[in-house]
Amino acid sequence: VTDTADTTGPSFSLDGEDVAFNPGETVLRAATRAGRYIPHLCWHPDFAAHGSCRLCIVKVNGRAGAACTLRAAPGLDVQSNTEELNAHRKTLLQMLFVEGNHFCPSCEKSGNCLLQATAYEMGMEGPHFEEFYPDRPVDASHPDILLDLNRCILCELCVKASHDIDGKNVFEIGGHGIGTHLLVNSDSGRLADTAMTLTDRAASICPVGVILPKRRGFLIPIGERRFDTASVSEQANRGQS
Amino acid sequence: VNPNFQGTSVAETDLLQLLARHGAEPQALVQILRELQELHGWLPRDVLKRVADALGLTLAQVEGAAGFYRFLHMAPVGTYRVLFSDNVTDRMLGSVALMDDLCRRLGVAPGRLGEDGLVSVDRTSCTGLCDQGPALLVNHHHVVTRLDATRVAQLAGLIRAHVPVSQWPAEWFEVRDNIRRADVLMGEPSAPGAALAAALARGADEMLAEIKRSNLRGRGGAGFATGLKWELCRRSPGVGRVVVCNADEGEPGTFKDRVLLSRRADAVFEGMTLAAHIVGARRGLLYLRGEYRYLLEPLLAVLQRRRDTRLLGPSILGREGFDFDIAIHVGAGAYVCGEESSLIESLEGKRGTPRIRPPFPAEHGYRGLPTIVNNVETFCAVGHIALQGGAWWAGIGTPQSSGTKVHSVSGDCERPGVYEYPFGTRIGRILEDCGARDTQAVQVGGPSGVCLSAFEFGRRIAFEDVPTAGAFMVFDRSRDMFEVARGFAHFFAHESCGFCTPCRVGTALVVKRMDKLAAGHGSRHDIDVLFELDKLMHTATHCGLGATACNPLRDTILKFRPAYERHLKSLYFEPGFDLDAELSVARRMTGRHDAGAYLENPP
Repeated sequence: VTDTADTTGPSFSLDGEDVAFNPGETVLRAATRAGRYIPHLCWHPDFAAHGSCRLCIVKVNGRAGAACTLRAAPGLDVQSNTEELNAHRKTLLQMLFVEGNHFCPSCEKSGNCLLQATAYEMGMEGPHFEEFYPDRPVDASHPDILLDLNRCILCELCVKASHDIDGKNVFEIGGHGIGTHLLVNSDSGRLADTAMTLTDRAASICPVGVILPKRRGFLIPIGERRFDTASVSEQANRGQS
Repeated sequence: VNPNFQGTSVAETDLLQLLARHGAEPQALVQILRELQELHGWLPRDVLKRVADALGLTLAQVEGAAGFYRFLHMAPVGTYRVLFSDNVTDRMLGSVALMDDLCRRLGVAPGRLGEDGLVSVDRTSCTGLCDQGPALLVNHHHVVTRLDATRVAQLAGLIRAHVPVSQWPAEWFEVRDNIRRADVLMGEPSAPGAALAAALARGADEMLAEIKRSNLRGRGGAGFATGLKWELCRRSPGVGRVVVCNADEGEPGTFKDRVLLSRRADAVFEGMTLAAHIVGARRGLLYLRGEYRYLLEPLLAVLQRRRDTRLLGPSILGREGFDFDIAIHVGAGAYVCGEESSLIESLEGKRGTPRIRPPFPAEHGYRGLPTIVNNVETFCAVGHIALQGGAWWAGIGTPQSSGTKVHSVSGDCERPGVYEYPFGTRIGRILEDCGARDTQAVQVGGPSGVCLSAFEFGRRIAFEDVPTAGAFMVFDRSRDMFEVARGFAHFFAHESCGFCTPCRVGTALVVKRMDKLAAGHGSRHDIDVLFELDKLMHTATHCGLGATACNPLRDTILKFRPAYERHLKSLYFEPGFDLDAELSVARRMTGRHDAGAYLENPP
């Protein structure tokens, strides 16, 4: 089996339990492989770490860092599932919710959305902060794919998927500060004028409801969707990241 | 006729010339965009497309980089683009009223382009002229200092008469050095080449040992040991090393690098060359902040003179194999690029987003090469160490903070300007020397530094007590410290790179809370939320700048709480929703101005 670490090899401690790792791995990658849940949004096992959402924040010897970029080392004492860090995670989630326009009841992605599932996991019951209600465009120009930027959390997974796997460079990041936003690479700036197709990896990588296949929104009814049957942490424990 | 708006065409020859000068490589992107804009005012989409094609980038990559920098424009701006420096020191000198006055005279709203396309007036982050403000920046190139009502009135007249900036009164552009206290760095300079000759005589190994012996620590704020950084770079495997000088002096209230670059440019370049000798670099880059564009030509002249005297270029001082040269990269308005990994991204022509570290630049920096990045003042110091030895430098200051430090003093004092002291100097001493009276607080190290109140003026400038990157802003008892902190909150929100959640959203939320307090709708609950945001940002941000974004807030709440409480409507919860304001339109339409009209419940 190649997908497991050598149990006689090096290990670090995550919330008091040993996690084996392969040299060069990050804390989050080793923990995920071991079926241990550390909340995250912008990280995906198929891509290089990004480190922007900050949900995977952990503490090592009192110092905070992102588990997705923190190199595992023998004997590290990593704290993740603590009251303090989970409170920070909840605040970060609330920030993402108020920054965009996230109306779960009317969103096709509800039940399949990592942002929503993680918010449930962290016990988020309301936005806490005042909503920004930004004015962001919806691009419905593409025959098969809808692009709703109201829900973008700037994880850049679509940027990476389109670049690394599809070889198309359909997406890029523009702007700065609170105005940071996803760009579409075409002369018109519209998705219809790119080479993107429904079979692209970028078309299925979005953890939230920005990049959606058209005409499939409710094929799977609410109640039977990915996170309706098992929470995000339960799925991580089963090795489904 | 406004040349900016003759269609959207950029002369093909201009682009070809820029490509020839900078090379048709992606690293040149920001420089090419900046210079295209200098020629044509703004950057239309078809121009971005043409640049993308020439550099082998996608249009979205070029658009993404252009949209990152505050001084690059993808929509039309005025032929005259006037930016008022918006540091607290400028506002204390009356910049808000002066800007309103200029807008009124020109008939434009701040941030909006007038219909004739002639002029746009807006604010920008501190331009580093706090000792001679209020200041403004014209067309991202020229600075006008010591603004007053007369200058603003004349300025409006010149703009309305379409007088080119080059024909404006020369004294407006005068930038004074205001050196009030000189020690080693601001004192008598040595002859160009003397420090380099001393370093060559010592040899690279011994010179590095001298720097380590001096205990010199980086002057950009973090205070990392310079000798150790250089040793790490020197030992990193790889062909080709790079020496970078960080002259992106963006921390509000800091202007000492501007004076060093104006008066001690030879010492800066000599320090870089000395570093190249030690780490084995052939290539040097100086990242000059966009606000200091007016220093470019004088700096280029110094570089040329050094080449002419064999202090740069091939075989420096006749030493076979000692080849090193320096290029200047001009920034385009982004505070975050002062962070060394963002600065390197920006040098590579990209968005200035901080990198994931490790690896650190000493191993993997500019274009993946081992790179040292040091502050202007650090490079100035190493020449003196080459001449007088590490032990001599270590004998100045305190054991943990050796040598001298240059401070940029501004705000409520009689003699603002540049002051150099040995480390270990009392805050109170600096206040006495600059003629500060009735001082309420000092912001040391800029907004990301620390705010000290009167009971702390016995503390000392040192890495182990009050560390600083060089800003020293003085506030007397007439100032509202809440308003000072609110200005800094706006600064951080404006300058957040937008990469990580806590800084991107957190700085915007802080602004909303502070503005709510300022509008008189705040309660103690809002102060609690501010504390909560501060704690999160200190723990969770991607880079150090985000982590420090709430420093002024936390310090002022802790030390000047009454200043906040004066703004509270009640000490308990108060909603941000203002019923009276929401109903004002309906009231105007119905003519119901009687108090409590909305409480009626007619049958």
